[in-house]
Amino acid sequence: MDARHCRPDKHQPPEYNVTSALPQIPGTTPFDSVQARKGYALNKMCFSFNSAGNRDEFVQDEEAYMRKYSLNEQQAAAIRARNVLQLIAAGGNAYYLAKFAGIFKLDMQDIGAQQTGMTKDEFKARLVAAGQ
Amino acid sequence: MAQLIGGIGTSHIPAIGGAIHKGLQQEPYWKPFFDGFPPIRQWLGERKPDVLVIFYNDHGLNFFLDKMPTFAVGAAAQYVNSDEGWGIPSLEPLRGELDLSWHLINTLVEKEFDIVSCQEMLVDHACSLPLKLFYPEGNYPVTVVPVCINTVQFPLPKASRVYAMGKAVGEAIRSWDSSKKVAVIASGGLSHQLDGERAGFINKAFDLQFIDSLESNPEWATQFSIHELVEKTGTQGVELLQWLAMRASLTAAGPKVTRLHTNYHIPISNTATATMALEAA
Repeated sequence: MDARHCRPDKHQPPEYNVTSALPQIPGTTPFDSVQARKGYALNKMCFSFNSAGNRDEFVQDEEAYMRKYSLNEQQAAAIRARNVLQLIAAGGNAYYLAKFAGIFKLDMQDIGAQQTGMTKDEFKARLVAAGQ
Repeated sequence: MAQLIGGIGTSHIPAIGGAIHKGLQQEPYWKPFFDGFPPIRQWLGERKPDVLVIFYNDHGLNFFLDKMPTFAVGAAAQYVNSDEGWGIPSLEPLRGELDLSWHLINTLVEKEFDIVSCQEMLVDHACSLPLKLFYPEGNYPVTVVPVCINTVQFPLPKASRVYAMGKAVGEAIRSWDSSKKVAVIASGGLSHQLDGERAGFINKAFDLQFIDSLESNPEWATQFSIHELVEKTGTQGVELLQWLAMRASLTAAGPKVTRLHTNYHIPISNTATATMALEAA
């Protein structure tokens, strides 16, 4: 499907949602129907980064690439900011966002440090401590 | 009839492929993980399975959100790995086992598991890395049937449903008209979380209890809802569903299993990693 046919869902879903009806788990956003609808365009763009050619195209003209995938303003701002929590708030899914992070050679500890407000070394030390 | 000889569980992480590519297996960071594999290789070398049925979850290589199956069974002659976005060199293709694929598909649908069949599918690190870890020299001496369980988009299948599906896969293997030996593989987990303010979450106590349950009380984890599993194991820790399916398959071979080997190490990347080998009774 041509990327131009992909339109973000303008209607925020009011309907019953299985996960949002459950108590929130602090510090995560399960990728449920609300997120899936909100984030479709953003995730579709990130899915395209499986291809090295697409990654290059994004790097050459980020704004044009985001327009091609019809990102909304919230999503585009989060991409410009390289901010993972904002990307999740805009509907991003961790597995697809990882492909975006890969463009900048960021690993999961870079991503973890950014989201938790730690330095990378602090984040890594916390992981090691979980094994003690 | 085909023989179901046992099951193996392993974690999967893209960075493992990078470490293999760079030859870092004996580096202090990686060694505790890679040291989990020699006993598994020894068992595979002794028992020589012909076919591996691999329970795994795709991470956005083959399946996108446009079409997201809950359960999907591969029915291809060959499964190819590809760039997943990080430029890590692709692993060698896996050879399919078409007769078992279609026997599984037919049997599962007959048992009312309405799976998606895939005559073409790319396999990501979750499906391709276990083979490289089991047979590091390459030129794999086995064929495969990939069984993909959705852990990407909620609602995920319930643990009890995954268990029932795994059991049906085991029964299908055992009813396959073939003299081949089959092992079941779980690729995923254990506890970890990539996203959100709780990124880096690991739950060692839960993982160890889960590992023990697989030996003697395999239905233990089915008591938990997906919501509870996310809370206890991390958002991506729900990949333990793959292990549950693998263990459930083995119930078709007999009431008990023998635990041959376990390795558990924290952390590789953001993940509590585990390997386990179970022989069917």
